[in-house]
Amino acid sequence: MYELLHDLLGDSLLVYVIGAALPLLFVLPFAVVAVLLEMKVSAHMQDRVAYMYTGWHGVLQPVADILKLLQKEDTVPAAADKFLFRLAPFLVFMGGYAGFAALPFSSAYIGSNIDLGVFYILAVSSLAVIGLMMSGWASNNKWSLFGAMRSVAQIISYEIPSALSILVAVMIVGSLNLQEVSKFQEGGIQNWIVFGGPMPLLQKLLLLPFTITAFFILFLAGIAEVNRTPFDLPEAESELVQGYNTEYSGMKFAIFYLAEFANMFLVSGIVVSLYLGGWTSPFGDVMSGPIWSFFWFVAKGMFFVFLQVWIRWTLPRLRVDQLMYTSWKVLTPFLFVCIFAVGLILVL
Amino acid sequence: MTAEEIYKSLSAKFGEALVESKLDAPQPFLVLDPKRMKEVSLFLRDDEALQFDFCSCVSGVDYNNGKLGAIYHLASMVHKHKIVLKAFCTRENPHIQSVASVWGGADWHEREAYDLLGIIFDEHPDLRRILLPYDWEGYPLRKDYKVPEFYNGMKVPY
Amino acid sequence: MTETRTLPTRYVTHPGELKTSSGRSLRTDEMIINMGPQHPSTHGVLRLEVVLDGEIVVDVIPHIGYLHRCFEKHAEHMTNYQQVIPYCDRMDYLSSMNNDWAYALAVERMMKIEVPPRVETIRVIMAELQRIASHLIAVGTYGIDMGAFTPFLWAFRDRERILDLFEMTCGARLLYNYIWIGGLSHDLPPGFVDKAKAFCTYFKPNIKELNDLLSYNEIFVKRTANVGVLPADVGINYGVSGPTLRGSGVNWDLRRDDPYGIYDKFEWEVQVGKGERGTLGDCWDRYIVRVREMEESVKIIEQALAVLPEGNVQAAIPKRIRPDSAEIYVRTETARGELGFYVVSDGTASPYRLKARAPAFVNLSVLPEISRGCMLADLVAIVGSVDIVLGEVDR
Repeated sequence: MYELLHDLLGDSLLVYVIGAALPLLFVLPFAVVAVLLEMKVSAHMQDRVAYMYTGWHGVLQPVADILKLLQKEDTVPAAADKFLFRLAPFLVFMGGYAGFAALPFSSAYIGSNIDLGVFYILAVSSLAVIGLMMSGWASNNKWSLFGAMRSVAQIISYEIPSALSILVAVMIVGSLNLQEVSKFQEGGIQNWIVFGGPMPLLQKLLLLPFTITAFFILFLAGIAEVNRTPFDLPEAESELVQGYNTEYSGMKFAIFYLAEFANMFLVSGIVVSLYLGGWTSPFGDVMSGPIWSFFWFVAKGMFFVFLQVWIRWTLPRLRVDQLMYTSWKVLTPFLFVCIFAVGLILVL
Repeated sequence: MTAEEIYKSLSAKFGEALVESKLDAPQPFLVLDPKRMKEVSLFLRDDEALQFDFCSCVSGVDYNNGKLGAIYHLASMVHKHKIVLKAFCTRENPHIQSVASVWGGADWHEREAYDLLGIIFDEHPDLRRILLPYDWEGYPLRKDYKVPEFYNGMKVPY
Repeated sequence: MTETRTLPTRYVTHPGELKTSSGRSLRTDEMIINMGPQHPSTHGVLRLEVVLDGEIVVDVIPHIGYLHRCFEKHAEHMTNYQQVIPYCDRMDYLSSMNNDWAYALAVERMMKIEVPPRVETIRVIMAELQRIASHLIAVGTYGIDMGAFTPFLWAFRDRERILDLFEMTCGARLLYNYIWIGGLSHDLPPGFVDKAKAFCTYFKPNIKELNDLLSYNEIFVKRTANVGVLPADVGINYGVSGPTLRGSGVNWDLRRDDPYGIYDKFEWEVQVGKGERGTLGDCWDRYIVRVREMEESVKIIEQALAVLPEGNVQAAIPKRIRPDSAEIYVRTETARGELGFYVVSDGTASPYRLKARAPAFVNLSVLPEISRGCMLADLVAIVGSVDIVLGEVDR
């Protein structure tokens, strides 16, 4: 995409600005939709109806919420470290948002078609940790600090399983470029990596158990990295009040929220691109093409967002030690087995 | 065990500690020496035939004649019998021996009696105010208590 | 004869003992953190002063009294005995019916008033409906404490039906002032029996649904089993009562063991914890006892509705209630445990001294004992499983 803009407008600052702002066109409406989705899904799970008055079935409520948050007084605690306190939400959002640059939305659009795509996303989304730590520390609140420490421990530990499960897919494709990974899986649902990829039948069957395991673990680790239930310890409401964003209000709080939703889609996007064919159509050549591929990518992504919402409103929360146990003693060993087996199968 | 049997087994062991008794009341009670509460309570709790393992309630009462009292309602889960213990002290010298080390449940009840009536439970592990603020003055459930006009310099409404 | 009983702590911290390789001591401090009075999981305005070593709780010191409304002082200043009942409503605002009954029972026993059989039956129905409502909140909010939000709203959905029944009976949804000395304020409205029966049929499958969603959920069991173990002897020594004590396997229910009302006419069982998923007396046991008690309460209600006799709903009592100079301690089983009223009368029209033995107050006092050495997240689980109502703790 960047190349296209470059050809059109030449080497000017505008190109960079437009290129960087393009995913925002997706992220902002997505956040609005996701808020509505979260509210409506949770409400119907709980025998409620949620928003009903703002627009048809309350569809305009998220917009009203944003307007409200924009107008709210933006308080900074007197004892807070003011500079870091103000900086933190943006850093958190940046971490998630930067990841969108390497996400292949369609066969025709990827923010930046770099060869280290997945690696870049992993690296850049870890930046959010610094933001979280910063917000917890700068708030000068023990609960915030607690939440921040937990989130750092959690995100760092879950980087390992998520990186390892990404590795499984990357080994099969042989490329870190997400556009390449998506192209690799073209040709219908049977070619998706979760089902063994476009391999000969025997190899496919051998790969199948390991790819499915890795796929599930990637999704789980993804949920943990965006701090959602059952891994929402950093902002565990009943324990830590609101965790690292206890002291935040108004627009800064909204940015934390936006970051959370952006991250939700980023995680879904990674899962989809690596294991579920990315933007490819499940019916082979039917319904493919740049526009359709955008539709498929977003539809698959939204499905996983829905799944995250579903899980959140169903399950209780894990405890810190159980969380670490899950990561280090369950997910990571499983992935080592997967990597070893996949490597063996591919070599033979 | 009936109240009379309980009385007998107690009076055999702690003759002088039993000041008074009323066994024909609907809920029979024994009045104990406030200085010997603990040993009697220990016996009540640990004796095989008595086994008063459950201290239901400790209530402080101001009798408006210069006397304060702590009333202990005991029950046994094993034998399903009940007894009421009473200990009296004077307003000038409001000391009663604590039984918080015998029944853990008496701990907070005694603190409450201290808080609201000013009965000082000797040997209590942690005798602080419990319901009222730590800097409250006076004991509200005493009959001669007057609501203060000011609390920490703030006017108390009505 | 052991005089004091203390539990061994599971974890002993040694702050300041961490040493670097060069022998320099790294200063590691304990952190004191105030949980409450405004905190989502203290179920009201409880303040816990928590000493933490990392995530491990070294000590907990509860500070209560933020909701103290001088119930006992108020009661002494009423102009008659009947006026105390609305104040009893406000003690444990989640089980007002049970509170009213306990107080009314105390005065009735003092004056030796016999209440008509219809009143007895209606009181049982109301108390058991109230018990279900209260347990639903306990179970639902426990879900929130564990991070599961949905069971909470399911519980409230069912509680709503009970509140509708109460509203239909006495016009109020939370503070009923329904059970009076010697009777009730109103008779049951027409159609109540059918609606109550309909509720029982509606509610039974919902308990199973709740079990599927929360009680046997693997994460929930992991969070609550083996956490906050309250051994039976410690529980008894601390005067803990109600589902909290029954969770430790003590088969003790005042409805059966110190009978009042007409509970002995119905068939029901006392549910106790069995340590199915962990140690006997852990948070899960306390939780599941509440869930199973709801089933028992439904049983009692169904039987009571079937035998509801016709008749008067107010016993013949003197216009001015003036008990003779006497004193009485009456205890009943509310949703939280043994609620006792110690009433001292001096022959006048208002109580000379009224002491309420609040179950939540006593149950809370065992909290430091069972939560030392657990994690901060477990502390939330323990507080939730003890099921306190601060209105009653502070009175």
